[in-house]
Amino acid sequence: MIPNAAAVRMTGISKAFGGVRALDDVSLEILPGEVHALLGGNGAGKSTILKILNGVHRPDQGTIEVGGVPLTTHTPEASRAAGIAMNYQEMSLVPTLTVAQNIFLTREWRDGIGFIDDNEAERRAAEIFAMLEVFVDPKAIVADLGAGQKQLTEIAKAISQDAKVLVLDEPSTALAVSDVERLFVFLRKLKAKGIAVIYVSHRMDEIARIADRATILRDGRHVITAPLAELPIDTMIEHIVGKRSMGLSDVARIQATKGEVLLELKDVSGAHKPEHISLTLHRGEVLGLAGLLGSGRSSLARAVAGIDPIASGEIRIKGRAVAIRKPSDAIAAGVALVPEARATQGIIPAHSVASNMILAVIGRLSKAGFVDTKAANSLTDTQIDRLKVKTASRDHAVATLSGGNQQKVVIGKWLATDPEILILDEPTAGIDIGSKSEIIRLVRELAASGKAIIMISSELSELLTACDRILVMADGRIHQDLPREALDDPEVSADDLAHRLQAAEQRLQIEIQKALAVQEI
Amino acid sequence: MASAFFANWRQNIIYIGFLVIFVVFAATLADKGFLNPNNLLNIVRQTAMIAVMAIAMTFVLSAGEIDLSVGAVAGLSTVTVAMAIAVGGPVVGVIAGLATGLAVGMFNGWLTTRVGIPSFLTTLAMMGIAKGVAMWISATAAVPILSPGYSWLFGGGNVGPVPVLLLWMVILGAIGHIVLRRTGFGRRVLATGGGETAARYSGIDTKAIKFKVLVISSSAAALAGMLYAGRLQSGRFQLGEGDELSVIAAAVLGGTSLFGGRGTVIGTIVGALMIGLINNGLILMGLEFSQQLIARGAIIILAVALSQKRT
Repeated sequence: MIPNAAAVRMTGISKAFGGVRALDDVSLEILPGEVHALLGGNGAGKSTILKILNGVHRPDQGTIEVGGVPLTTHTPEASRAAGIAMNYQEMSLVPTLTVAQNIFLTREWRDGIGFIDDNEAERRAAEIFAMLEVFVDPKAIVADLGAGQKQLTEIAKAISQDAKVLVLDEPSTALAVSDVERLFVFLRKLKAKGIAVIYVSHRMDEIARIADRATILRDGRHVITAPLAELPIDTMIEHIVGKRSMGLSDVARIQATKGEVLLELKDVSGAHKPEHISLTLHRGEVLGLAGLLGSGRSSLARAVAGIDPIASGEIRIKGRAVAIRKPSDAIAAGVALVPEARATQGIIPAHSVASNMILAVIGRLSKAGFVDTKAANSLTDTQIDRLKVKTASRDHAVATLSGGNQQKVVIGKWLATDPEILILDEPTAGIDIGSKSEIIRLVRELAASGKAIIMISSELSELLTACDRILVMADGRIHQDLPREALDDPEVSADDLAHRLQAAEQRLQIEIQKALAVQEI
Repeated sequence: MASAFFANWRQNIIYIGFLVIFVVFAATLADKGFLNPNNLLNIVRQTAMIAVMAIAMTFVLSAGEIDLSVGAVAGLSTVTVAMAIAVGGPVVGVIAGLATGLAVGMFNGWLTTRVGIPSFLTTLAMMGIAKGVAMWISATAAVPILSPGYSWLFGGGNVGPVPVLLLWMVILGAIGHIVLRRTGFGRRVLATGGGETAARYSGIDTKAIKFKVLVISSSAAALAGMLYAGRLQSGRFQLGEGDELSVIAAAVLGGTSLFGGRGTVIGTIVGALMIGLINNGLILMGLEFSQQLIARGAIIILAVALSQKRT
């Protein structure tokens, strides 16, 4: 390590995948002791440049220096030896191993004879979690953990490496607010020790609070590197989105006319969650479910969609009690669920757009057992057109599309079943801000066209933009039923959309925290 | 916790099943000599080769791969060992046997990890190739082994009342157990099979791991062949034929996942012994070979079904 050298200096990095340019002459400099935010929409090249830094990909061009020393070998081992540690979005955990075994994978603690000492690993893992002031059982098998605990394990794995450069890729997506707080406190401690942190997030509020400087990428190119003080959120969004100005506050909130009751839940409970849920949903209404991870929002969605059948209570659709015991019952009753985990529950990545789009309606499109290709193609084209899916053709694999367009394929697939009740579970997770507002706009349009919609999102600004009514959930129960207007601050001018949204977001955040407090008593 | 107990019960069903079958056979077949120490030692002698191959198969399955060629490789190695002993004596024979296993394993590993053919197909094809080579070089005739020392050490001998085969099984089992549970290599094998992408991102060379487990498996198969050859004092291509099914069944019965990521060597050995136990009991019952096949298949399906973790 050369004194006063940058922690990381990547110069003129270019990388193409099969002719597609992912990075074009990008330079990135990270200083010791700073938290450096890396920002950009999906496909901007963030993950590519991080994977190059981490040795997963080899750059086509350009040089990398870590602590002033050139990095010439591009393997995960070489990058780790150079002092770089990175968490991946749930990709670096082996589900069949325990938390402690995962944290120290390839760096196992040894006993006197040189055999692996899992007890020591468990002690060390517990220490790391104690330092972060969170609790995760080091002996638990990773496959049994919830998303938040997995994410904490990922973070623990990255920080256990005593690295000089810590890369955190979307570390907070599945974390509770309080855990994010503790992570930030910890990151500040690391900064004080001179460790450089590269922080990737889609959440501007987090960036504004933790980062010292930010680098913004767009379409594989470097846009700007500047101290956060010179980058108010509006400016950041402008740089990320480019000319397409599609902030959330642009989405017009046309008051949809409420029709008759389409869905009614009476004292519905699942095997574990949710508990005693009663609600009504009208035609033309968008109902938001707010709450933290584990509050029972997704369980409720899965219950109505027949994935986890209800244990007690009654589901009524259009005034008639229906028995929903499996997904096909729900589809037949006019319910569709756009699920939480797009990659595993929503799409078949290697199949074409067309083949994904018709998946839920193959029966309807088949004649004498053969799929009617013409009808299938015309259905696909209609959905591509209607949802403005950006794809080279209907025959391209869904995996080649950006996250936002993949999500549109999932939505299209379910719209093809012609549902009256559409449930969207985190429809904007991990997609860029331009596609986000497109999806929210779409939700409003679908409601206006007479569908009833339930939307789950951890990004409150989206819920506030999309929904007419918001239910606050905690611990499997509904704690509040709030009309959207109730969250508006009358003292903020209705013309100042950005501030009005911000104020409403604060109020909703307070309601969620209140619900948690009730639960703890 | 109740759920933890239930999960453990699922995992430990093999031990319970082993005991249940043992007790049932002891009660019903006592008068036919089931409990006779000689009969029990015979079960061990007949099981040892399966167990040796199954210990290695535990590593292959744990890494998310499969090796269907083990039975044929064992047969091939009986022939190469016997022919080499005839030419150059027992030491040359042992070297030839191990070389056979290494060569086949490296070829399997190369095809699977470098050429990219799934191990299921690689080793299925190798099964035919190994058997063909064994038939060809031996002209389908048995090759006698006239080395008492070799036959004693590899299969025929006893140390006091203890068959040498039991020692092979116990020593290799202990090594296998420790390597899988307590070494970095074992952990990397489990990580590779449990989540290949995650393992790779964690800096594990998953291809090298897969290559190694396939080499280990073929080497163990060659060793099993050497034990067959020693016990029967000859090499012939039919030895070990069809063993791959018993070997895989032993590992799965013992609690090793066919999908990778979970494996236990001790469970595998108990699984192998259980298969030997069932074979022995069915013979003592006087069932015809056809009936034995059906009963054995049914018992294995039942046991594997019970040992699967329900999700």
